[in-house]
Amino acid sequence: MRYLILLSVLVLSSLPVQAKEAQPLALDPELEARANALSRELRCLVCQNQTIADSEAELAKDLKQQVREQLKAGRSNDEIVDYMVQRYGDFVLYRPRIQPTTLLLWAGPALLFVGGVLILLVSMRNRAARAASAEPSAEDISRAERLLQSEQEGKA
Amino acid sequence: MWKWYIPLGIFLVLGVFLAVGLTLNPREVPTPFIGKPAPAFQLSQLDDFQKTISPEDLKGKVWLLNVWASWCVACRAEHPVLLEMARRGDLNIYGLNYKDQPNDAKGWLAQHGGNPYTAIAVDFDGRVGIDYGVYGVPETFLIDKQGVIRHKVIGPITREELNGKLLPMIKQLEQQG
Repeated sequence: MRYLILLSVLVLSSLPVQAKEAQPLALDPELEARANALSRELRCLVCQNQTIADSEAELAKDLKQQVREQLKAGRSNDEIVDYMVQRYGDFVLYRPRIQPTTLLLWAGPALLFVGGVLILLVSMRNRAARAASAEPSAEDISRAERLLQSEQEGKA
Repeated sequence: MWKWYIPLGIFLVLGVFLAVGLTLNPREVPTPFIGKPAPAFQLSQLDDFQKTISPEDLKGKVWLLNVWASWCVACRAEHPVLLEMARRGDLNIYGLNYKDQPNDAKGWLAQHGGNPYTAIAVDFDGRVGIDYGVYGVPETFLIDKQGVIRHKVIGPITREELNGKLLPMIKQLEQQG
């Protein structure tokens, strides 16, 4: 009996040591799904081409845990994103916000497309205009006549 | 024909952009903290858990907050520079021991030539690190007398960084009221 007590004391006292690694807090599947969706929007700054959902870096795990805890505390997605941007800057966002510094980034593809279409239209119009103005001028006709004439003279 | 120079021009412009891009360090992400108050914390000191450190206590001083850990390899490269800074005697260097075991931290300091810090705050679970946006240890924050973050060094402090940037900035901040 005494050994049993001693054993249980030993086992119990070792538990807090093992519990150091942060356990997923949210066992609620809906909350976990929201946490995962939000984690996929946030960049891991340690391994910069991964989201914190994908990354196994310590910091990414900690930040995922932060997302879970804050969702559990009832914060909105926007509030949590603001929390991350305050600490890690805009770089933490995989989907940059629309603001003066990112305007060119967002508008760039559309601008390139519109520019390309404009160049295409102008060059098509030029080509059509050239084809339409294919009527020979008086000078061209007289030159052609001279050539024909000289050819006939050569044969004769 | 000027038209033939257009591709060449585009190529040159692209080349310049790419060349500049190659010289940038992708790990240096612009920090949102410059000019903002240092986030508050109250943490135990490594040498004596009964004592605490808080940025509030350091108002009126220009000080450095150096984030380090015994598991951090780049911190080894930085440590001699920190020791050199400590030997000057006129700098306030505080440590933030980030996600570390206190005993490992003490052992590491003893093994690497001593303790350059006036005091070391223990950030056991890394929460203060998150509040300071720490993502690559070592990182160093320069904080002025009003408790505002003025500069941040990402990665080890080099002698170049120290002499070229940190010391002149500290001198200037010391002179301000």
